[in-house]
Amino acid sequence: MCFDVAVIGAGVIGALTARELAKYKLNIALLEATNDVAMGASKANSGIVHAGFDAKPGTLKAKLNVKGCSMMPAVCADLSVPYKNNGSLVVAFSEEEMETVKNLYDRGIANGVPGMKILDKKALKELEPNLSDEVCGALDAPSAGIVCPYELTIAATENAVVNGVEFKRNCKVEAISFSDGVFSLKTTLGEIKAKYIVDAAGAYSDEIAKMIGDNSVELVMRRGEYFILDKAVGNMVSHTIFQCPSKMGKGILVSPTVDGNLLIGPTAEDIDEKDNTSTTANGLNTVKTFSVKSCPAVSTRNAITSFTGLRAHPVNDDFTLGASKVNAQFIHASGIESPGLTSAPAIAEYLADVITNAMGEVEKNDSFNPVREEVFRFRHASDEEREAAIAKNPAYGRIVCRCETITEGEIIDAIKAPAGARDVDGVKRRTRAGMGRCQGGFCGSKVVEILARELGCEVNEITKFGASSNILFDKTK
Amino acid sequence: MLNYDLVVVGGGPAGMAAALKAKECGVESIIILERAETLGGILEQCIHTGFGLHYFGEELSGPEYAAKFIDQLENTDITVKTDTMVLDVDDNNLVTAVNKQDGLLKIQAKAIVLAMGCRERPRGALEIAGTRASGIMTAGTAQKYVNIDGYMPGKKVVILGSGDIGLIMARRMTLEGAEVKVVCELMPYSGGLTRNIVQCLDDFGIPLKLSTTVVETHGKNRLEGVTIAQVDEKLRPIESTKEYIECDTLMLSCGLIPENELTKNVGISIDRITNGAVVDEMRQTDHKGVFACGNVLHVHDLVDYVTLEAQLAGEGAAQYILSDCAKETEYVSPKTGNGVRYLVPQKVNIKNGNDVKLYFRVGQIYKNARVVLECDGEIISSKKKVKLAPGEMENVVIPAATLAKMNSDSTITVRVEE
Ligand SMILES: Cc1cc2nc3c(=O)[nH]c(=O)nc-3n(C[C@H](O)[C@H](O)[C@H](O)COP(=O)(O)OP(=O)(O)OC[C@H]3O[C@@H](n4cnc5c(N)ncnc54)[C@H](O)[C@@H]3O)c2cc1C
Ligand SMILES: Cc1cc2nc3c(=O)[nH]c(=O)nc-3n(C[C@H](O)[C@H](O)[C@H](O)COP(=O)(O)OP(=O)(O)OC[C@H]3O[C@@H](n4cnc5c(N)ncnc54)[C@H](O)[C@@H]3O)c2cc1C
Repeated sequence: MCFDVAVIGAGVIGALTARELAKYKLNIALLEATNDVAMGASKANSGIVHAGFDAKPGTLKAKLNVKGCSMMPAVCADLSVPYKNNGSLVVAFSEEEMETVKNLYDRGIANGVPGMKILDKKALKELEPNLSDEVCGALDAPSAGIVCPYELTIAATENAVVNGVEFKRNCKVEAISFSDGVFSLKTTLGEIKAKYIVDAAGAYSDEIAKMIGDNSVELVMRRGEYFILDKAVGNMVSHTIFQCPSKMGKGILVSPTVDGNLLIGPTAEDIDEKDNTSTTANGLNTVKTFSVKSCPAVSTRNAITSFTGLRAHPVNDDFTLGASKVNAQFIHASGIESPGLTSAPAIAEYLADVITNAMGEVEKNDSFNPVREEVFRFRHASDEEREAAIAKNPAYGRIVCRCETITEGEIIDAIKAPAGARDVDGVKRRTRAGMGRCQGGFCGSKVVEILARELGCEVNEITKFGASSNILFDKTK
Repeated sequence: MLNYDLVVVGGGPAGMAAALKAKECGVESIIILERAETLGGILEQCIHTGFGLHYFGEELSGPEYAAKFIDQLENTDITVKTDTMVLDVDDNNLVTAVNKQDGLLKIQAKAIVLAMGCRERPRGALEIAGTRASGIMTAGTAQKYVNIDGYMPGKKVVILGSGDIGLIMARRMTLEGAEVKVVCELMPYSGGLTRNIVQCLDDFGIPLKLSTTVVETHGKNRLEGVTIAQVDEKLRPIESTKEYIECDTLMLSCGLIPENELTKNVGISIDRITNGAVVDEMRQTDHKGVFACGNVLHVHDLVDYVTLEAQLAGEGAAQYILSDCAKETEYVSPKTGNGVRYLVPQKVNIKNGNDVKLYFRVGQIYKNARVVLECDGEIISSKKKVKLAPGEMENVVIPAATLAKMNSDSTITVRVEE
């Protein structure tokens, strides 16, 4: 069998693009190298829906950012993904930085960002009393928001699968050949044939392109480190607080997350490896130092975890989207660094247009259902909803993760979902079990048990995140 | 909605002892709500001996110690619901819980005993840099894998933190055939009991490195090694002492945090040092009718003291439920003097009429020091101690006669004299 389109990489770009293509009568495969979706940049980023005043006017980045930002609320509503329109503030600490703020404002106007205002110190402190007394003013961008990036990726994949996309995990593309108008992909799951390829392999998208002899994309890996702080301090600020941007990016932010935690970071450090997601003592220290500058009360005494995300920074400073010059059936989705998450819905539309135009006549898929049913979340449900859920399925009456109040029923749902969880981290990203203050200390072993039971395997076959990340060894003596 | 005189949250040793004592004191309807499948709390996974030496005068394993209380409970009409999680306690003593059989449970209580125990400090709170490989877990989680589930969580182990669980697990893993390479402790002293250092490390030749921490983890999938380093007096790692140790497992035993989410929801005051509620000598919190005992109040190293403390809470709850008119109260707050980190209880009712025991921990190691109790400028007791260590909880008794002489302006101080 030959797919019409093989999308390589199940990050937010690959997932939303596959879903967008599912609106047409096409055979689509979504190929992912790892054990789950959202294992690259899409799981470890700031989760900010940027308003769109950062990028240079006229770039794809600028255009798709503003468009993506305006599409995000509806996409999240369709996919039942938490999104909050909390607005963002770029804070200035000197008159010089106020100039930067004004420049950003002008850029924003050029890019079509709605509703921006420049705030003076008084207005700013009224809006965010926990900001430092050193602030001079800020750019207020009310269209910005926050979203859960991995949940968006998971939901988009689920919805794509429900609409006919074939999702293949542990399917790493290792080589590509082309003959008679068809690509043959050599993968860890064997040969896969496809007429079109979308290269959405994130940090590896340059290497995928090289497989067809296209060397046009040049990426530099840029590491960003973060802390997640306890929900107890989650409302220290209500907006996303940026500092003035520099050459290395948007600087250290302080932001609430959609789940009510506080996020501080990221650093920006160029590194050589594509998969080095270690945190470093230096990086974490930088996060501490700079976040305190914005909000003096921020303290990593409240940290529940830290993590690293890897940006695939394109040397040409813009997204590369569209047909390859080497082979027009090979579609780039490369160099998608921030604001890639924000732009994702717009990028998906853009790419689907490119592909369907290239294909000529493509029939619409009339049975496409854009809605992913809301997942039952015990912690958000009312008493009546809880009663009803438990009456239907008693597993909703058994709390497994007590920090986040996650039930066994929700964990089973996450495993049974289309493209569902296969490992402990997958359960964690889908349900939040293990994401609270004890970080799985209590529920970790229970989640392993439930996974083994539902997947019909031994507990020592269960991994943290696929590959050889097993949690347990042999039986005790 | 259900009605009970006393609702006990948590069925560990604290919750069980409080319920039994309240029953003995004449409380009619009592219910224990326990989140786990069985009663016993953390004791169920502590299959080593060392429990009950003080209370029963014999060395029992954790489950054996728990069984004594579970047996007693079976001979009473106390209701027990396991696999039942308490979600909320409101300020009118309405308890919300959930389980598979009953769904949502609303229980109106006259009094409540909070006995939720504590949890272990996770990696995230420790700021260890490095990869996110599997094989990094708290010692308590590892203990559960080995003792309850029967699987080995590792073969080459480094343990960070010399709390009792870490020490016990060093021995356990060794007996199961794993190689425990080293136990690192950030502080210049161990946080565990001396007897555990001797019996769990020394007897097996496992090195304990003090003033040493793990600075980085390595390995992409499963843990492959850690970098350890000595720390200076400000606890900062010393670059030149960095050392790579190959291992597949890092166990963390870096302190326990009382589980006070429910307590905080009620609006009960929390002691900044113990991370538990502020209580009086009957373990009543500043919310009337709500009591707290065991590890949720302050971390205990010995279960025997948990039992004693829980009995006070049970008795206090019984008095609260059964006496129509409130007892006469006049509170004095004992003060921590030199070397004393905290005192429990934080408030003493001088009209109580009984001896009152103050529990405390010291902030560093002392050799041949004295523990001095001073009330209204008078030295009530001065006991010589060969050794005082942060890992071992101490106590002093304020005699009833001393309390009887006090008024609300009185002072009580506990201090260490070298
Ligand atoms: C630190 C940081 C902060 C950011 N903050 C924001 C923000 O606040 N707002 C915003 O809008 N954007 C932000 N971004 C950008 C955003 O996260 C990315 O643009 C987006 O996640 C990119 O998605 P992707 O699908 O292209 O890549 P990825 O999510 O990396 O997905 C690529 C996928 O391809 C798979 N893959 C790789 N090679 C192969 C192969 N050979 N075969 C099969 N599969 C393969 C990978 O396993 C991976 O799952 C941030 C990024 C970083 C790193
Ligand atoms: C590994 C280890 C080794 C030890 N070794 C020794 C030793 O050698 N000798 C010794 O004397 N002592 C030892 N101790 C100390 C002793 O076991 C503890 O001090 C004692 O178990 C504390 O009792 P507890 O009832 O306060 O807490 P726990 O035993 O933790 O019980 C609390 C209970 O409350 C339940 N709970 C919590 N929240 C809720 C909720 N919301 N709803 C319902 N239920 C809830 C929990 O599930 C748990 O069962 C050890 C402790 C540990 C952890």
